Amino acid sequence: MKVPPGLSAKDFSDVVKQWTEIVGKEWIFTSDEDVEMYRDYYSPLWHEDNDPVPSAAVAPDGVEQIQAVLKVANEYKVPLWTISTGKNLGYGGSAPLLSGSAVLDLKRMNRVLEVNDKNHYALVEPGVSYFDLYRYIRQHNLKVWLDPPDPGWGSPVGNSLDRGGGYTPMRDHFDNHCGMEVVLANGEVIRTGMGALPGSKTWQQYKYGFGPYIDGMFSQSNFGVVTKMGFWLLPEPEAYLSGTVTVPKHDDIYKMVEVFAYLVDSSIVQATTLITSPLWYVRNDPELTGIREHGTTQDLDAYAARKGAAYWSVSLPFYGPAKVVAAQWEFAKEKFSAAIPGAKFLDGASYRFPLSDEQVAKMADTVPFGIPSLSIFSMIGKNIGHLGFSPIIPMTGEAVLESQRVFTQVYRDLGSPEGEAASFPVFSFFARAFVNIYLFPIEHDVEKNRKTREIYRRLIKESAARGWGEYRTHTTFMKDIAETYSFNNHSLLRFHEMIKDAVDPNGILSPGKSGIWPKRMRTAKA
Amino acid sequence: MNARVVIIIGAVLLSFGAQRCNGQEVSRSSAWTRTTISGQGQPKGYVQFENYCSMCHGPGPGQPGTMALQAKYKGAEPALLADRTDLNGAVIKAYVRNGISIMPIFRKTEISDANLDLIAEYLTRNNKK
Amino acid sequence: MKVPPGVSTSDFSEALRQFEEVVGKEWVFTSDEDVAMYRDAYSPFYGEADELVASAAVAPDGVEQVQKIVRIANQYKIPIYTISTGKNLGYGGSAPCYSGSVVLDLKRMNRILEVNEKNAYCLVEPGVSYFDLYRYIQEKGIRLWVDVPDPGWGSPVGNALDRGGGYLLPQFRNHFDSHCGMEVVLANGEILRTGMGALPGAKTWQEYKSGFGPWIDGVFSQSNFGVVTKMGFWMCPAPDSYQVGTVTVPKYNDLTQLIDILGYLENTGCTNGMPFLGSPMLARGPIGEQGPLADPELTALLNDENGPVPEEMDAYAEKKGVHQWSCTVSFYGGPQANAGNWEFAKEKFSAIPGAKFTDGGAYKLPLTPEVQAKFNLPQFGIPSLQMFSIGARSAINPTPGEGHIWFSPIIPRTGEAVFEANRVFRQAAKELGLPVPPFSLPTCYWERAFIFLFGFPITHDPETNKKNRKAFQQLVKIAAEHGWGEYRTAPAHQAAVMDTYSFNNHALLRFHETLKDAVDPNGILSAGRYGIWPKHLRDSHTWRSS
Repeated sequence: MKVPPGLSAKDFSDVVKQWTEIVGKEWIFTSDEDVEMYRDYYSPLWHEDNDPVPSAAVAPDGVEQIQAVLKVANEYKVPLWTISTGKNLGYGGSAPLLSGSAVLDLKRMNRVLEVNDKNHYALVEPGVSYFDLYRYIRQHNLKVWLDPPDPGWGSPVGNSLDRGGGYTPMRDHFDNHCGMEVVLANGEVIRTGMGALPGSKTWQQYKYGFGPYIDGMFSQSNFGVVTKMGFWLLPEPEAYLSGTVTVPKHDDIYKMVEVFAYLVDSSIVQATTLITSPLWYVRNDPELTGIREHGTTQDLDAYAARKGAAYWSVSLPFYGPAKVVAAQWEFAKEKFSAAIPGAKFLDGASYRFPLSDEQVAKMADTVPFGIPSLSIFSMIGKNIGHLGFSPIIPMTGEAVLESQRVFTQVYRDLGSPEGEAASFPVFSFFARAFVNIYLFPIEHDVEKNRKTREIYRRLIKESAARGWGEYRTHTTFMKDIAETYSFNNHSLLRFHEMIKDAVDPNGILSPGKSGIWPKRMRTAKA
Repeated sequence: MNARVVIIIGAVLLSFGAQRCNGQEVSRSSAWTRTTISGQGQPKGYVQFENYCSMCHGPGPGQPGTMALQAKYKGAEPALLADRTDLNGAVIKAYVRNGISIMPIFRKTEISDANLDLIAEYLTRNNKK
Repeated sequence: MKVPPGVSTSDFSEALRQFEEVVGKEWVFTSDEDVAMYRDAYSPFYGEADELVASAAVAPDGVEQVQKIVRIANQYKIPIYTISTGKNLGYGGSAPCYSGSVVLDLKRMNRILEVNEKNAYCLVEPGVSYFDLYRYIQEKGIRLWVDVPDPGWGSPVGNALDRGGGYLLPQFRNHFDSHCGMEVVLANGEILRTGMGALPGAKTWQEYKSGFGPWIDGVFSQSNFGVVTKMGFWMCPAPDSYQVGTVTVPKYNDLTQLIDILGYLENTGCTNGMPFLGSPMLARGPIGEQGPLADPELTALLNDENGPVPEEMDAYAEKKGVHQWSCTVSFYGGPQANAGNWEFAKEKFSAIPGAKFTDGGAYKLPLTPEVQAKFNLPQFGIPSLQMFSIGARSAINPTPGEGHIWFSPIIPRTGEAVFEANRVFRQAAKELGLPVPPFSLPTCYWERAFIFLFGFPITHDPETNKKNRKAFQQLVKIAAEHGWGEYRTAPAHQAAVMDTYSFNNHALLRFHETLKDAVDPNGILSAGRYGIWPKHLRDSHTWRSS
C-alpha cells in the first residue's frame, strides 16, 4: 500500500480504518488495482517515476461524511485531492498533483437537487454529470438547456470550478454559476451569496449576497470542497442560425477580428465559435510549404486566390427568435461587407426548437444545442489522449497572427511531429478574449511525452514573454504557469498562500493545485 | 413629519414602478457636456461650474438643483444659478463646503479651494458693483 | 483634534506628520472644518453622539503614496477608511464605518489610464467619476457607451465595488460583473494585480477576467481586504439602433404571467435593455412633479386589511378602463433585430388575454437632441443627477428632507414574490408606524432576481432618525424571515444586515473574519465595512443573534 508523504504506514492504516467507518468498506479504495483507476490516463508522465499515483481514494456520500473525512485528514495531515467526476481529461483527470495524496472522490454525490424552468436554474451536487442533468431535464420535460462542454461526462460543478467553456450563450461556465455550498478544511459548511441567508429564496437568482463575493476563490484552487452549486440555464430559444464569413487575404484578419469583436461585445454574437484558416488544412502541397517557409503574405494571398480558397473563415452562431437570428446574420454581413472587400457569406444550419429526436440523431455535433455528447472524441485523432495548451490572447488580428507565428516557430524548433505547420485555432469560449486551444497528442511513450513536455514548457515561456497567460492547465504544468503570473514578485501567488494558510492551516486540501502549496510543502519561487 | 415620509416613500416606490416605465415622459438635459475636460478656450470659472455644478444646476426640467430653487423662489429669483445677480462668494462657498438640503458636501479633493474661487467668481460675475 | 480610538495622541500626531511627508501638507485634513466635510450628509445618526465621523483625511495621488500611507497606518495601528469619490450617498457617503477612522480619500487618483475602442474597455483609477469618463469619450469621439448608475458623480470603481447597477445590457448594468481586472494595495502595502494582470506585460488584463488559479476579485467588493487602486471595465460599443415598447395587461393576477414571460425574454437575450415594470392604474407623473393619485376608492382598495383583493381591483380597473400592469422592454442592436425582438415579445406577451401594446418608437443612434429629451439619459449611457429630483425641493415636496437611505432587499423574479413582498411590507409598515406604501413594484437591475428599493428619508431630527433606524432594522429582519436579503446597505445598518446572513451559525461571516485576520492582521482597513470587524474590535462590534 502506498502511503501519503509525511505519514507513517501505521498512521495511514489508522486513517484508512477511520475513513472506512465513515463511508463504508465499499467506498474506500486502497488496493493497487483500485488506486490505479485514479491515475490520469492521459498523463504526459505515463510510465515515468514521477507520474502521480494516489495512495487511496475515499468516496463520501454527503456533506456529513466529507466533514468526518476532513476531520481525520486534519488530525493526520493527509493530503487530499478533490475530484467531482474526475473527467478533467487533458488537464489532469482524476489524478492528484502530489503523488501519494488520497483522492476525495465526490462522484457518489450525484443528486440533481432542483431544476427550475420558470427562473431557469439548476442546483446540483458535484457528482452530477452533464449527461445526468440532461436526462433529468428531458425526463421532466423542462424547457431549459444546459451548456455542456465538449465531452458531456464531466461535472457542471467540476467544469465550472476549472473555469471551462461551452458553446451556447451560457458558455462561460464559472460566470454562469450562482451560489455555492462549500465545506472548509476545518469541516465548517458555508453557503455563498444569498445562500448564507437561512431560508433564502434567491440563492440561485442573485450571485453576490451581502459583503465580499468569495465564490471565485474556490475556482481553480484548494481553499475548500464545493458540495453544491447553482447554475443559470438558458430557456429554450426559438431558433438557431449559423452563417460563415470568409475573407480572401492574409491581412484581412485585422478587420475581420475587429468586426467580430464588435459583434461579440455588442451581444449580437453570443456563443462560441472559432476563427480558422482553410489554408492550415492544406497538407503535403510542396508549393504551399515553400511559401510558408520563404514567401510573403502577398505570395500566400496569391496562392489562396489561385486555389480559389478563402484565407480566413469564421462561422457565426445566432440563437433567438427566427426573425431575429436572420436579422442578426444580415446585420453581421453588412458590417463585414463594409469593412472587408471580397468578404463572402455562406448560410449555414438553421433550426427551430425543440429539435425532434430524428433531427438530433442525424447531427454530428449536438453540443451547441445543449445536448451533451462525446462526439469530440471522434474528432481529435487516434492517440491515447491529449493535453491542452490554452493561452488567452487578445481579440485582435495582430494577436492571432503573432500567436500562429510564435507557436509554429516553437513547434518547428523542436522538430514538429509531422513536419507540418501547426495550426492553433482561435476560440471564443469567453466574452472578450480569444483562447488558443492546441491539443497535444499523448501516447504512453516516454520519449514522445518528454518531447511534448519540452515543447509545452517552451510555449508557456514564449506566451508569457508576450503577455499571454494560460487559462487552465494540466497538473504537470500548474507550477510552471502559476510562476508566469509573477507581477510584483509573485504578489498574487503570495496572497493565495496567505489565504491558504488561514483557511487550511494543515494544508490538507489539494496541495499544489494552481501552484498553491501549503506552508509545509512550499518551495522557493522562480 | 409623517406627511413628508409618505411623500418621499410614495414617490420613490411609485416612481420606480410607474414613472420610469414610461421614460418618455421625462425630459433631461445634459448641459454639462458643453465643456470638455481640458476646457480649452473657455473661461475658467465657467468650465469649473459646468464640470462640477451644471449637472444639477443647469437648464432643463431634469435638474434637481434648478428644480429646487424654482420651488423655493417661485420665480422671485432665477432658478438657474448662472443667471443670478445676487449671490456672494462666501455664501456659495459655505453651501459647497457644508451642503444644503439633499445637496451633499463637496470636499477639497473634489473641488479644490482654487476651483471653488473660480466658480464663485463666475457666479458673481453679473452682480451689480 | 479628534484621535482614532485606541491610538495615543502622540502616535496619531506622528502618523499625521508622516502622512504629510507622503502626500504634502495640503492633502492631509485635520481641522474640524475640513474633517466635517467627510461627514455623511445622509447619516441616519446625523448630529448624534453615535454619528460615524472621521478623525482626519488623507488624499494620496498615486499607488506609491497609498502604499506608504498603509504602511504608516500599520505601524501606528491607525484605522483608515477608503473612499473613491465618496458619493455613495444613501449607502454611507464618505463617512467611515468605524468612528475616528482616517478617511483615505482617493478622489485625487482620477486618471483615465486607457480607453480601448476596438476591444471596448477602459482602465481607470478610483477617483474618476462617470462624468469624467463620459466627457473623455465624448471629447475623443470614442464610440463606446459607459453604463452609468442613477447619479453620475460617483466612481465606476467605487460603484462596482459596492455592486451598484445601471441601465444598459445585462452584462453592463451589473457593474461589478462588468469589471475586468483590478490592482489592489493590500494592508501590508503590497500591490497585487488580479486576473491576467498578474502576468507581467499582460495583453489581456481587461479582456479576460479570471487569469489562472483562484479568481479573487470578488473578495475586494463590499469588503475591507484591500485598497483597490485600478479597475478595468467592459464597455458597450455604441449600439446601432434603439427600440422600445410597452405591454399592458388588464388583470391584477396577470402580473405573475407577465413576469414569467419577461423572464423568458430576458434570459434568452431577446430583450436586452433594462425592463421596467409599472402600473397604468397606479401611475404617477414624472418624478417630483406630481403627487400620488388621489382617488379615495382606489386608496381604500389598496389599503384593504389583507392587501388588495384581485376581483375588486379588476372591477375597479374595468370601471376606469385602465390596465393594471405594464412592462416596458427595450432593445439595443441592429434595426431589424430590434424590430424582430419586439415582434417576438409581443407574440409571447399575447399569451395574456387582453394584453395591449404600445410602440415606443424605433430610433437610429445616437438620438437627436429632440428625441433624447424624451428619454432617461442613463439608458443611453449618459450620466446625470436627475435622480436627485426625487428628494429635492419641488412643488410636491416643499420642505424636503436632508437625504435618504435605501432599504433594498432582493426578491425572486416571480409574481408570487412581488405580491407576497407587498403583503409583508404593508403589514410591517403598519406595525412599525411607517406610512403604508400603496403598491410597490421591483426594479430589474439584475438578471434573474428583482430588487425592491424603498427610500427612507433622513432628517436632522434625532428623534425621527432614531425611530426610522429602528424601523429599518425591523424591516431587515422581517425580510430575512421571508428569505429576502439586502444587497447593500448604509454603514449604520451593515452589521444588522450581515447578521441575517447567518446560515450555519454565521459561517460565512466567520470565514470573512478568517480572511480579514490573515490579510489585515492589524485590522487597519475600513473596520466594520459590511459587518467585518478586525479581531480587536470584533467582540464589541459584531452582531450575532443566534
